[in-house]
Amino acid sequence: MKHLDEYRDGNLARGIAARIASEAKPERSYSFMEFCGGHTHAISRYGLEDILPQNIRLIHGPGCPVCVLPIGRIDEAIELSRNPQVTLCVYGDLMRVPGSNGASLTKAKAGGADIRMVYSTLEAIDIALREPSREIVFFAIGFETTTPPTVMAIRLAQKKGLKNFSIFCNHVLTPAAMRQILEASDPLPLEGFIGPAHVSTVIGTAPYEVFAKEFAKPVVIAGFEPLDVMQAILMLVRQVNDGCAEVENEYIRAVTKEGNHIAQQEIAEVLELRESFEWRGLGEIPKSALRLREAYGDYDAERRFPMQQRFARDNPACECGPILRGLKQPRDCKLFGTACTPETPMGACMVSSEGSCAAYWAYGRFRESQRRAAE
Amino acid sequence: MCLAIPARVVELLPDNMAQVSLDGVLKTASLALVEDVSIGDYVVLHVGFALAKIDEDEAQRTLALLEEAARLGAPT
Amino acid sequence: MNKIDPVGRKLDLRRGLVDLSHGAGGRAMARIIGDIFVTAFDNDMLRAGNDQSAFAVAGGRMVMTTDAYVVSPLFFPGGDIGLLAVNGTINDIAMAGAMPLYMSASFVIEEGFPLAELQRIAQSMGAASRAAGVPIITGDTKVVERGKADGVFISTACVGSAPAGLELSGDKAQPGDAVLLSGSIGDHGVAVMSRRQDLGFDTDVLSDTAALHGLVAAMMAAGDASIRAMRDPTRGGLAATLNEIAHQSGVGVRIDEATLPIKTQVAAACELLGLDVLNVANEGKLVAIVERDAAQSILAAMRAHPLGAEAVQIGEIVADDCRFVQMTTAFGGARIVDWISGEQLPRIC
Repeated sequence: MKHLDEYRDGNLARGIAARIASEAKPERSYSFMEFCGGHTHAISRYGLEDILPQNIRLIHGPGCPVCVLPIGRIDEAIELSRNPQVTLCVYGDLMRVPGSNGASLTKAKAGGADIRMVYSTLEAIDIALREPSREIVFFAIGFETTTPPTVMAIRLAQKKGLKNFSIFCNHVLTPAAMRQILEASDPLPLEGFIGPAHVSTVIGTAPYEVFAKEFAKPVVIAGFEPLDVMQAILMLVRQVNDGCAEVENEYIRAVTKEGNHIAQQEIAEVLELRESFEWRGLGEIPKSALRLREAYGDYDAERRFPMQQRFARDNPACECGPILRGLKQPRDCKLFGTACTPETPMGACMVSSEGSCAAYWAYGRFRESQRRAAE
Repeated sequence: MCLAIPARVVELLPDNMAQVSLDGVLKTASLALVEDVSIGDYVVLHVGFALAKIDEDEAQRTLALLEEAARLGAPT
Repeated sequence: MNKIDPVGRKLDLRRGLVDLSHGAGGRAMARIIGDIFVTAFDNDMLRAGNDQSAFAVAGGRMVMTTDAYVVSPLFFPGGDIGLLAVNGTINDIAMAGAMPLYMSASFVIEEGFPLAELQRIAQSMGAASRAAGVPIITGDTKVVERGKADGVFISTACVGSAPAGLELSGDKAQPGDAVLLSGSIGDHGVAVMSRRQDLGFDTDVLSDTAALHGLVAAMMAAGDASIRAMRDPTRGGLAATLNEIAHQSGVGVRIDEATLPIKTQVAAACELLGLDVLNVANEGKLVAIVERDAAQSILAAMRAHPLGAEAVQIGEIVADDCRFVQMTTAFGGARIVDWISGEQLPRIC
């Protein structure tokens, strides 16, 4: 696969790893947060932590929209799906996310709710066209990468004069979350960020400048493939060594400074900032999420349907919150591997394959058992 | 996050749509978010939408950088 | 004088639909059985027209299996539910190292199902059964109300005979054993998924559905005493099969990603949907755990057979109290091949 396989070359990886090892100063440690769940996945799937030097630590950030979606929003979606008129369209990732009392969309579907998995918002539009007597609601989640597809669907609904299509909007913003992490009351020793790949194709590199300038943290935008991540780590190590704090772009083949202006314009036309939004694990973050503008109110499920806001708390023993903020590791959670497994997920970190716990379960446990065996 | 895959545009379709191919697997995708896309171009595909065009020159430059870094690092 | 057909009017195979009378035990049902099933399955035992068929039993041990087929869509690139039903059931017998002898097939048909499609499925089954040399000698037909069956559900059983003293079993894997795979993985799952409207992609990939008893016979001839276990990785894919064996035998499995045969389009489709090919279903492949020293000769026998042309050793069994299935990635690292619960779903993240 062109533009994919070239960035998965194991030989090049070992060479770059050796380069990183030679440039990382042995007397100091480096902590970098990879914000994006896709990077967490790549790091786990390819075992990158195995080939990096010991003094480089990768902290898994909260860039997993499924993981940060508050339980209450899942509960609201399930409630919505119980309306016999409603056909709830969702991305596959959401089906097994646990809501309150062990509920989930999969279970609601088994109970008779009309919940349909779709690959794209365009399919939800097709369903709305084909089934005019149904009320199609699309459960929109995602960071800035996934927001334009939602917005384009609303525009398409408008163009086609659809009267039975709406969005349950949960889109969130990357820079706001990054700021929250940096401003947290118990700051973690964090030397820099591996910036998200595809969020950046949309927003460009400019929004990250503030972290370099105001917080003196270097940010290197990295592509999704393992060699991209390795290269970005090398670039971060160099900046830290040189005392620099700049925004650099490793993913130059797809990311520009300005980003995607069509997407940005469309988003600005249809959506506006919410004053505040609850993020699972991070609490309330101001100006961190989006909702539909009043002009597009007809397409806003929260205006169309009587929806009761629900606030639900995580299981007190669930450490998803600290894990999402990079303060704890999956193995620090009492529930990990006991009550909480991929088969019986307690929190979203385990359900989403991007989540730290799921990634650790799939790829990290073996390293642990090897380590313990060696001791 | 955001599983996005580089796919090659193989056919332009009406309504700003296109057929894209990933090693022979075909999908229709919307080009509404990108401009100046021709057959043969690679786009970054996410949930049925092309989000960006892949710049072939920059891709070459990236690969060269990677190879350089690896070469310098490789034990002699 | 006109001969009046005692079994009533002919079926309109082109445009007719199955209705509740076809399952009611009367002439209409006899018509369906005769015109569609007996015609397609085409053997004397069935033509005798009884509710059961009798056959002599050879010496040795009898092996029996049962299966149900509920695949949707019913028709997909490379096959249909009927083909899956025949091949899949034969494979369950073959995995025990046994020779499949006779099959049964029961149909639960949804009211409104087109007769033309029923005939197509039956003919597919007949052809598969003849090719495999395993006649379908008894069956049953029921019709349920609209909405109570996804078109048609097929339930099968098969009996076979195994030579005395042969006991292949998933709990027999031992450290040092070789893990062999007969060919490319993920074909069937991707072929079926490509027909699902909600996933909307097009490929040339065909289901790999195949009856494996001929391949198994070739392997047994090369070294039956050295084969510990065989299993076909259907739902849940290679990952499920390896994990099952690891748990049954109380061992670990180590495989090498670079050895896995994967078709280009299968890899691409999985990439597109965010699926792991190790979890994708197969219907014409087998995994064999064999004694290390016999691996080469058994592989040679597999490769000489059309269904094993791409056979390869993918790894080995090791001692491991945690019963992990671990894979060395093409990138050089290691990761666990997990036994996922539930259906693997396409992801956006």
